[in-house]
Amino acid sequence: MKILVCISHVPDTTTKIKFINNNTALDTAGVQWIINPWDELALTRALDIKDAQAGAIESVTVINVGLVETEPTIRKALAIGADKAIRVNLEPKDSFVIATQLAEVIKKDNFDIILCGIEAADGNGSSVGGMLSEMLDIPSVSATTFLDIENGQVKLQREIDGGHEVIATQTPFIAIVQKGICKEPRIPSMRGIMGARSKPLQVIEPVTADSLTELVNYEYPKSKAACRKVDAENVKELVQLLHEEAKVI
Amino acid sequence: MENKKVLKGGEFILIESKASDTFIPEEFNEEQKMISDMCGDFLDKEVLPFLDKIDTTEPGLMKSLINKSGELGLLGISVPEEYGGFGQSFVTSMIASDILGAGYSYAVAYSAHTGIGTLPILYYGTEEQKQKYLPKLASGEFAGAYCLTEPNAGSDANSGKTRAVLSADGTKYILNGQKMWITNGGFADVLTVFAKIDNDKILSAFIVERNFPGVSFNPEEKKMGIKGSSTVQIFFNDCEVPVENLLGKRGEGFRIALNILHIGRIKLGANVLGAGRRAIMHSVNYANERKQFGAFLSNFGAIKYKLAEQSIRQFVAEAAVYRTSKYVDDKIKMYMADGMPKIQAYIEALGEYAMEAAILKVYGSETLDYIADEALQIHGGMGFSAEMPVERAYRDSRINRIFEGTNEINRLVACDMFLKQAKKADSEIFTLSKKIYEQLGTVENIVPTATDYFGKKHFYLGNLKKACVLMLGKAYEAVGKQYSSEQEIMMAISDMLIQLYVAESVVLRVEKLENLKSSEEYIIYKDICDVFVYEASAKIYKSAIDALNSFASGDEFVKIQNGIRGFTTIEPVNIKEARRRVAGKLIEDNDYKF
Ligand SMILES: Cc1cc2nc3c(=O)[nH]c(=O)nc-3n(C[C@H](O)[C@H](O)[C@H](O)COP(=O)(O)OP(=O)(O)OC[C@H]3O[C@@H](n4cnc5c(N)ncnc54)[C@H](O)[C@@H]3O)c2cc1C
Repeated sequence: MKILVCISHVPDTTTKIKFINNNTALDTAGVQWIINPWDELALTRALDIKDAQAGAIESVTVINVGLVETEPTIRKALAIGADKAIRVNLEPKDSFVIATQLAEVIKKDNFDIILCGIEAADGNGSSVGGMLSEMLDIPSVSATTFLDIENGQVKLQREIDGGHEVIATQTPFIAIVQKGICKEPRIPSMRGIMGARSKPLQVIEPVTADSLTELVNYEYPKSKAACRKVDAENVKELVQLLHEEAKVI
Repeated sequence: MENKKVLKGGEFILIESKASDTFIPEEFNEEQKMISDMCGDFLDKEVLPFLDKIDTTEPGLMKSLINKSGELGLLGISVPEEYGGFGQSFVTSMIASDILGAGYSYAVAYSAHTGIGTLPILYYGTEEQKQKYLPKLASGEFAGAYCLTEPNAGSDANSGKTRAVLSADGTKYILNGQKMWITNGGFADVLTVFAKIDNDKILSAFIVERNFPGVSFNPEEKKMGIKGSSTVQIFFNDCEVPVENLLGKRGEGFRIALNILHIGRIKLGANVLGAGRRAIMHSVNYANERKQFGAFLSNFGAIKYKLAEQSIRQFVAEAAVYRTSKYVDDKIKMYMADGMPKIQAYIEALGEYAMEAAILKVYGSETLDYIADEALQIHGGMGFSAEMPVERAYRDSRINRIFEGTNEINRLVACDMFLKQAKKADSEIFTLSKKIYEQLGTVENIVPTATDYFGKKHFYLGNLKKACVLMLGKAYEAVGKQYSSEQEIMMAISDMLIQLYVAESVVLRVEKLENLKSSEEYIIYKDICDVFVYEASAKIYKSAIDALNSFASGDEFVKIQNGIRGFTTIEPVNIKEARRRVAGKLIEDNDYKF
């Protein structure tokens, strides 16, 4: 079996977000780039399965739609343990375009298990996995918190309100993974880091696909109103404020 | 290698260094950045959540952290591939020491294992010794320790009483003696032990395994800080060491000990960086959270001053450490290009920068002490509570001024090397000193010839260099051969050298950053540069006058004092505003992100 993990290249989650060009673009000056945290979890799970299945998993490949500046992030995935990587040479503007590129690659190269993170920490679109499933006409499982192969049979669990569903599926399928899929992301080792450059990183040109969405502009979240403190003795005032101002009781 | 001139050890006092020849931490390559992240992730996962437990010296815990570090490859960074390591550059090994330096007691265990615990065998071992021990030290299967200090032989390391005599059949050395303060001693499998053979005056070195007959260990010392780092006394009672475990030649031990300490010192300079960054983070987090008089602490000028000063000194220390580390790498390449074997090139290169290593050790440990002390102060009463991380940072920082040669010994080393350099037959230092003295009083001493920002900074640095050369020459003229017993003067001159080297390092770093930062941000880096050059000039003035007051009087005193005043005069800078801007960035980022 072959596993494909889709990874996006996103700003470190502690980045101070600033916009430029009339709030239509992120100011990337000084930004540290990382593997999208959910994708990193997916990769870790893929590698755990590969290690546990002794030979049953032929390879774990990572794929990214992005320009050359995403290569350090891709090599980080190789350092963590992916066997090979593919980069589709295109600026990833919208989910549909990304899904189209991924579908194209997957159609040509038969992957059995395709993993995506539930969302990307930059655009938080949460749509690539679903689109991909539709384009490839294969099953997808969203919010996957458990994935394993037992006696050749794929088993998944997904989060639902108040519990989880246990799901079996055939391959190929897409699992859109949520936190819980693995304990902690893997730390790359020195060996992994030093070997990353010698693993294959194939660059392929994109197919044409038009964006279905247009970004008008970004807005900052409204700054939180200052916290009002009420004296512990003054319960009456608290009740009054909750009733009249906050209108929650 | 391209024909870039590699600065010689101590040459910074005489030559103007160029930013383009200077390596800065902003130039780490992709692998180095990944290694840096890996070390940070390792601390977050395996070390920082368990600090209290680590500080109990729970048996097996630190050894298991060493094992885990080995699994990730962290112990083999500077070990060549043929012995199971990764053969990485000196800079890369310093990055790991820097980042892991934030790991409190673990950082000490890591540093001792990979430095003084492993390197004696790597540098001086025979092929068989290397094959036998290095792969296991690099993988973490074995932990290493270095046994030099004895109850009556600390700074005066060659005065140790541990003895070795050859057994009658000539197959073993029989060791007798006692070692003290041995880091990792509680669990180390391989000990490098220094002892004198028969009635030798000079030490030899031996590789002793933990389970050789006749080795015994005291319980853990109770310490003020780095409580989780294992420190024990070790006894050798008719300990049998096979002859093939003699390390290096008979009588070579003291040289081995000193050369290993050069590396230990420079590594300590890197180690304190990680710890400093973490203490600054705690400082600014608290200052941004705690309110008094209706405002966050970070709004108060007095607190901003501390936050800025912490960040500035940290930034300066980083500049000096990576500048020097790259010199070491360049020197190694140069020696190897000249046909020197790799290991010898390492030893020679590290010896070459012994003065810089001493400077980094002193400046780094005192910077961390300053940062930790002010971190505690910013926390007020809470800083004194054992619940807060800064309390541990404060206690753990203190050791750095003591081990790897006390800061007094390192100051003496730095000044001594300067004097040795001056006494060399081809040295122009004393002639230069006379020339500077004769020219004192001319205006061109104080008015910069350049008008651009860095031109002026290099002019000031040039003047500070003149002050150092002048003071060394004059002091030597006055006290001559008694020089080494005039330690007060040596300390003062050392302090001048330290400030000079680190001030130049930060100027070079900021100069090189010009194209890497937005113009808006760059202002803050120039602020760091301005404040530090101002501080260093003032400190150099004070140290020079301290020395001068110890040997000169009358007209000569006045003439030199005026000269020094000129050499340490810089144009006015609004240091209050500059520090506020530096603090402003720290406060906004709520972390050290310079
Ligand atoms: C936690 C810890 C871990 C250690 N780990 C190791 C280890 O792994 N291996 C090892 O071999 N050693 C280790 N040491 C020992 C350490 O290197 C020594 O403590 C240090 O070198 C100082 O020696 P000393 O303690 O005997 O002090 P002393 O040499 O007695 O010094 C006392 C004071 O006198 C000053 N002084 C001494 N000589 C001079 C002089 N000539 N001129 C001016 N001032 C002078 C010193 O600077 C110091 O201030 C460790 C020590 C500690 C505390």
